[in-house]
Amino acid sequence: MIETELGWLTVPLAMLAGAIRVSTPFLFVSLGECLTEKSGRINLGLEGTLVFGAMTGYATSYHTGSPWLGVLAAGIAGSLFGALHGFICKLPKVNDIAIGIALMLFGTGLAFFFGKPYIQPQAPRLPSIGLGSWSDVPQIRSALDINPLFLVGIVLAIALWWAFKNTRWGLIVRMTGDSAPAARAMGYSVDLVRFLATTAGGFLAGVGGAFLSLSYPGAWTEGLSSGQGLMAVALVIFARWNPLACFGAALLFGAAGALGPALQSVGITQGYYFFNAAPYLLTLFIMIASVSPKRSLKGAPGELSITK
Amino acid sequence: MSALPAAEPRRAIGLETRGMTKIFGSLVALEDCSIEVRPGTLHALLGENGAGKSTLVKCIMGFYQPTRGEVLINGAPAAIANPRDAHAHGIGMVYQHFTLVPSLTAAENLVISQAHPPAVIDWRKEKKALEAFLDRMPFKVPLDVPVSALSAGEKQKLEILKQLFLDQRFLILDEPTSVLTPGEADEVLGLLRGMTEAGELTILMISHKFREVTAYADDVTVLRRGRMVGSGKVSDLSVDAMSRMMIGDTKIRERAARQSFEAKPVVLELAGLFAEDEGGLPAVEGVNLKVHAGEIVGIAGVSGNGQSTLIEVLSGQREATDGRLFVDGEPYEPSRQHMAKFKVFGLPEEPLKNAAVPRMTVAENIAFRSFDQPPIASKWGFLSPRPMKKKARELIAAYRVKTPSTEEPIENLSGGNVQRAILARELSGEVEVLIVANPCFGLDFASVSEIRSQIMDQRNRGAAVLLVSEDLDEILELADRVAVMSGGRIDYVVPIAEAERNAIGKAMAGH
Repeated sequence: MIETELGWLTVPLAMLAGAIRVSTPFLFVSLGECLTEKSGRINLGLEGTLVFGAMTGYATSYHTGSPWLGVLAAGIAGSLFGALHGFICKLPKVNDIAIGIALMLFGTGLAFFFGKPYIQPQAPRLPSIGLGSWSDVPQIRSALDINPLFLVGIVLAIALWWAFKNTRWGLIVRMTGDSAPAARAMGYSVDLVRFLATTAGGFLAGVGGAFLSLSYPGAWTEGLSSGQGLMAVALVIFARWNPLACFGAALLFGAAGALGPALQSVGITQGYYFFNAAPYLLTLFIMIASVSPKRSLKGAPGELSITK
Repeated sequence: MSALPAAEPRRAIGLETRGMTKIFGSLVALEDCSIEVRPGTLHALLGENGAGKSTLVKCIMGFYQPTRGEVLINGAPAAIANPRDAHAHGIGMVYQHFTLVPSLTAAENLVISQAHPPAVIDWRKEKKALEAFLDRMPFKVPLDVPVSALSAGEKQKLEILKQLFLDQRFLILDEPTSVLTPGEADEVLGLLRGMTEAGELTILMISHKFREVTAYADDVTVLRRGRMVGSGKVSDLSVDAMSRMMIGDTKIRERAARQSFEAKPVVLELAGLFAEDEGGLPAVEGVNLKVHAGEIVGIAGVSGNGQSTLIEVLSGQREATDGRLFVDGEPYEPSRQHMAKFKVFGLPEEPLKNAAVPRMTVAENIAFRSFDQPPIASKWGFLSPRPMKKKARELIAAYRVKTPSTEEPIENLSGGNVQRAILARELSGEVEVLIVANPCFGLDFASVSEIRSQIMDQRNRGAAVLLVSEDLDEILELADRVAVMSGGRIDYVVPIAEAERNAIGKAMAGH
């Protein structure tokens, strides 16, 4: 067996494979959240958007037979949730965090309600690209079996990073996020910019959800997300609102998520549930390490309600 | 003069208001105000807080629609419905609160401020254009640094540059020198004056400082209580005449005389104090200072040189990273117990934010120092409202706080009255140490002189007073010794008798 030849290398390899597989939804949600937060609002509802996107994507793929249509549908469903958040937050005396929590519960609840009939049936899944065909080692081949959405995510991270610096829209989003009075003084509608940024952020989170149900784990269940949408919010803070750093952080969280299954695959079953909790522990430690009561967060958009 | 008319820059604009009136509900903020700003002049707008200066300029800028009256630009009536219209007419304003975006660089701020920024920004081209623009400008700022890392003076310059970059030919400046060192203020105003003399620019400047008005302005208009009370050439008016126009016949309380003391003991000592600001950067670096009983030590400096952080440390809002505090020779920590034991009191800047709970009542805010002691607190820890209200009524009367009742939320009071209420709370008992920061910021003349008298009064009763102020005149008036804070350090301390404006100005700039 080749597996025994690899020996201890199995664990890092499995974690690499896991990082690539598990990180994609983290990446999409965190890019969406990054865009939203750069405009000066927090959308905690992305967890609900993620789950609803997963359900919509799966259902669409099942009915149409095209997983890519499922991804699109998930994105559109996500942008509707983002638009709803953006619209409600425009109303006076509304707190974006409270609305986010409400929409998180609404999104997951709605997804469970409509998703009941789709738990059993098999929907067509997203194809993946075998970048590891040069290797004879099955672990490497499976590790490099990459979903196109992962690559789209990388391109998106770079594009966002570039756009924040080099386009008019990028500068306008950063301006509304950092100083609403300045944006108003220049005649931009702060509410409109935030509405659009939240809507676009919702789209990305919806696509992240479609990855969950259509690629990995690749089926629609109610416990699909297990809080990934919320962890992505923490991840954005860790990444200091930098899309490129979001990619690195998503890989890190993905690798942490793959720790438990990887250890199990080499026969270490003790503390399986403990290792499965690694991403949550990582969130906690990152938050403790990167947030201090004595200073404000560096790089945080000035208009965010958490930094104000 | 250029031979090509196409290359000719836009010329300075003349502006006039006729019968400007603005009524908010029952409040007449501005009444029948007609001013004339001639093209190519620097026109000063004087007046106390609440005199209607900002209402007037906001009407000109289109932030407010005047109830009556009109704006004329170069003699022709102009419709200005919003700030965009004003910009289109070539009118720009530099606000007291910066409108730059802190996380964007100076270059990004300038590029995005244009009416039609390019969709995709070609930075190489833009940088070249910006550098060419800066070459024509009298002052420079670094282009590639985020604005949050610029000093207050650089930000102010960038605000002015932004308006010039947008080719505005009529600038409204709202107290432009409040964040500049005297040297920087002279530099900026001198250069702007040069541009007005060259006929490139007209400036309407709101100011409080007579020195700047007499040195740089051509004309002056004085407002009081929403009305224009005087106008004319600066050269025809004396400072005395202008200040009488500003204040009218308001009675000003006599300043408390300074009592002289012989060698008093040191009460407050700051030993090697270090602290960081909220960005985690060192803001206070090794401050040593002693304050004696019966002495006011004034800390002068341009805002943003660590004064706020120092005050936060002294009032317990922020932990020092190193160094110690002593009161009466004993180690002091700004905890509630120590404050009560050593009788340390304070008036932080922006009292509504730093020393009051805006939505709690005046009586509750006044009781913050005493609510946990009898007679307000009972043995079992219950509060009895009656003694609390009684105490509040006494203090409100003694300190002349204007409030509808003791039960009014303190946020509904005017700035001067909030300051008086806090003063009443802090000064009603015995005071050994008093820490004061910008106590008169934004207050009218009458309140200013009253609050300064109270501070002097505490000094005369033997309190050690540490006064931090951005207003050099306030320090020169009150302090026994002047210390200058620059770059987080205090390297310059002189007795008031030897204090000299130029030397202080140099120390403020860090020389």
